[in-house]
Amino acid sequence: MSDTTTADVAPLSAAQIASGVRSGTLKAVDVLEQHLGRIAAREGDVHAFNLVMADEARAAATAIDAAVAAGNDPGPLAGVPLALKDNMCTRGIPTTCSSKILEGWKPPYDATVVTKLAAAGAVTVGKTNLDEFAMGSSTENSAFGPTRNPLDLNRVPGGSSGGSAAAVAAGFASVSLGSDTGGSIRQPAALCGVVGVKPTYGYVSRYGLVAFASSLDQIGPFTGNVEDAALLMDIIGGHDAMDSTSIPEPQPSLMEAITHGVEGMRIGRITDLPRGADPDVVERLELAFEALQAAGATIVDVEVPAFGYGLTAYYLIAPSEASSNLARYDGVRYGMRVDAPDTNTMYSTTREAGFGEEVQRRIMLGTYALSAGYYDAYYGKALKVRRLIADDFDRAYTKADVLLTPTSPTVAFEFGSKGDDPLAMYLCDVYTIPTNLAGHPGMSVPYGTGQHGLPIGVQILAGTLGEPAMFRAGAALERSLA
Amino acid sequence: MSGGTSSIGDVSERITAADVVKVAKLARLDITPENLERTTAQLAGMLEHFADIDALDLDGVEPMTQPYPLQNVFREDVVLPSLDRAEVLAAAPAAEDGRFRVPPIMGLDG
Repeated sequence: MSDTTTADVAPLSAAQIASGVRSGTLKAVDVLEQHLGRIAAREGDVHAFNLVMADEARAAATAIDAAVAAGNDPGPLAGVPLALKDNMCTRGIPTTCSSKILEGWKPPYDATVVTKLAAAGAVTVGKTNLDEFAMGSSTENSAFGPTRNPLDLNRVPGGSSGGSAAAVAAGFASVSLGSDTGGSIRQPAALCGVVGVKPTYGYVSRYGLVAFASSLDQIGPFTGNVEDAALLMDIIGGHDAMDSTSIPEPQPSLMEAITHGVEGMRIGRITDLPRGADPDVVERLELAFEALQAAGATIVDVEVPAFGYGLTAYYLIAPSEASSNLARYDGVRYGMRVDAPDTNTMYSTTREAGFGEEVQRRIMLGTYALSAGYYDAYYGKALKVRRLIADDFDRAYTKADVLLTPTSPTVAFEFGSKGDDPLAMYLCDVYTIPTNLAGHPGMSVPYGTGQHGLPIGVQILAGTLGEPAMFRAGAALERSLA
Repeated sequence: MSGGTSSIGDVSERITAADVVKVAKLARLDITPENLERTTAQLAGMLEHFADIDALDLDGVEPMTQPYPLQNVFREDVVLPSLDRAEVLAAAPAAEDGRFRVPPIMGLDG
């Protein structure tokens, strides 16, 4: 990637930035200016952000340097430039979900992850673009225009957290947060060549994450390497009284987990995985299996027969939950309103004007699937398929500690290439969706390049709270490339 | 509500423009006539694809409603600070006297 504005040789990791700032050898303001310089140079092309918060970031970085000078420790992310997906609430700062219906809305509170990261010393540089309400796999469905892949501006960054992935890949932020309902962290991470983690459902508090599908949504990090992802997970994870679905059990340190290798670990190959991945993707996956074997792991065959039914179950369950969650956008309490002589007309005219096409399509699909006469055939059946998928995974995890699959069937694709067929776009998430249904963790680790020199990600999956094993495998994969 | 044995393949054949209009009304979406045909075709196409799960034997399978089973999540019954009312109302399209302001409930649409 060309970088004409700064003289830094190799980008520092978040861990290195924090270490330097805490010890006083690096200034948070200098680190920030490097990142703002890259934003000034390339954001016009990439459009990773809905909002760049340069003034707020400069004030935060200055305060961190002052704290260090005064002998205080600003925390484990001291001075690390952070980007937040624009579906996470930031008090007094616009939070749009890339939707016209929330344009200009300023939340009256911070999401728990925002509070935790600020307390750890991170410096928020901006709010990143997404597919409207996180519904999409390319960031083409944003009301504010698409984000471009920093590695090839003619191609999508993936989605829905495309802005957060692009921000890290372009060096606009050292780390970022996204949300993953069906692959929205892992797929853009793969397409932009960065690490992306979807934690176990309940690992990270969802308080202040604008809800899409509540039983599937989970916040996770984008980083330039596996260690930084572990660092962020150790900070954002943990029980939160404000999210009744957050897991009360203690979470072991992932920074500690990655100090262990994969000797004796069982790596599962799903023999009945749906076909359709491009040959270059399959080739890199095979090399990943070989690398882990060479590092001392054992490869075992497992079956997950219901894996291929994930797409259908997901596209019945997620829109159903979305149709309920998005009922709150009615022009009364927040965002835009189209005035009308009565409330019913106001609701429908506001929603028609405020929601984009894909969001309306999913609300329609979900409303239909939940409506009287169809509930059992669609939603009820999808919940049973969800159980089959979770049970199949649980059986596989009695034989294997982690599973390896492609993250995305293809490298980054060109704008508009999925055409007018919603199903073509939905198939981008065929390998990531089943994990969300099961509530399990998954991560994408960049593993070389394929067609057109574009990055390919390998997906590592684990069972409930299997993050330590997943991160050990991720770190081993990364080491095998060094 | 239909019985648990109905298949997606059977019900999706029945989706019509009239169904779509009804669903749009339930969802409080003001669907335009020019979008009606397109939306109907897209929904029918998706539902046709979703018929793949008709092949599964789901008898006796317990529906999965949450991925991490937690029960009876309570907190201590203590008063905590809540959101600032002025800040909340400032984000609304219209407010008056400490309340959200809306058009008449009983209006032209009944």
